[in-house]
Amino acid sequence: MSIDDTDRAIIEATQAGLPLVPAPYAALAEQLGLDEATVMTRFEAMKDSGVIRRIAAAPNHYKLGMTANGMSVWDVEDEHLTALGTKIGALPYVTHCYERPRALPAWPYNLFAMIHGSSSDEVEEKRAEITAILGDALRAKDILYSTRILKKTGLRLRKRG
Amino acid sequence: MTLDAIDRQIINRLQDDLPRISRPFAPLADELGISEEALLERIKTLRENGVLTRFGPFFDAAAMGGAFCLCAMEVPAEKFEATVTKVNAHDEVAHNYEREHQLNMWFVLACETPEGIAQTAEAIEAETGMKVHQFPKLQEFYIGFRVAA
Repeated sequence: MSIDDTDRAIIEATQAGLPLVPAPYAALAEQLGLDEATVMTRFEAMKDSGVIRRIAAAPNHYKLGMTANGMSVWDVEDEHLTALGTKIGALPYVTHCYERPRALPAWPYNLFAMIHGSSSDEVEEKRAEITAILGDALRAKDILYSTRILKKTGLRLRKRG
Repeated sequence: MTLDAIDRQIINRLQDDLPRISRPFAPLADELGISEEALLERIKTLRENGVLTRFGPFFDAAAMGGAFCLCAMEVPAEKFEATVTKVNAHDEVAHNYEREHQLNMWFVLACETPEGIAQTAEAIEAETGMKVHQFPKLQEFYIGFRVAA
């Protein structure tokens, strides 16, 4: 869907966050010269169309004691990828799971699954379970632990004009 | 900082979609048995302490006609900090992580147009003299966003 100028103004006003006040939609409406009902209707429409996935909090895994955050990567035979990717994505400890292109020869991996845990032992245990599920279709694997968050701001629209 | 049981419930529940109603924090405040003001104060504190990196709408660039792309770079240790500054200066870089691997910098580009991905990647290559490997998603098997506090 395409967004119009009103949607755009709402996105620009909230991309850093929603106002932390009891009536945030009314606060936004006042700031933007709209009324509260319009702001809520626009949010609802953007949610329905998928432009907004949800209005929610993004926690910092490290601060919640999840200090082991691994991007596990797997080289899975192409003909088995969709079936196996669906299985891996359904595991309770996998938070994101995607097929991505290989970058041969250095990067043979086509399946990415994020695993979070409170220790690397815990993450390795989960990784062993994934290894078992992938079975004979697995050709190579690796895991890339994050050592530092360098930026986490989410989407930013370019300024117009 | 230490999180008490109410903070943990707040973190868990705020990962659900906030309703589009006039007082959207009121139902959660009621559920927790605290006032709306007390709930908002706690959310502000969690934001200030960095336990929550953000609270607000999550936008999908692809649904707006744009695109996301995971990118990676192999950055020599002595150039790492300077490269972080150059890469993060682009508004299109939504998040960026240092990882233990030869490809040691991994970031997501969120652009308003599909062409924006290649343009931004090329700009970063020109500024840093380093290759930006692009790993766009081909299939999404799951996006969970929940973290249990």
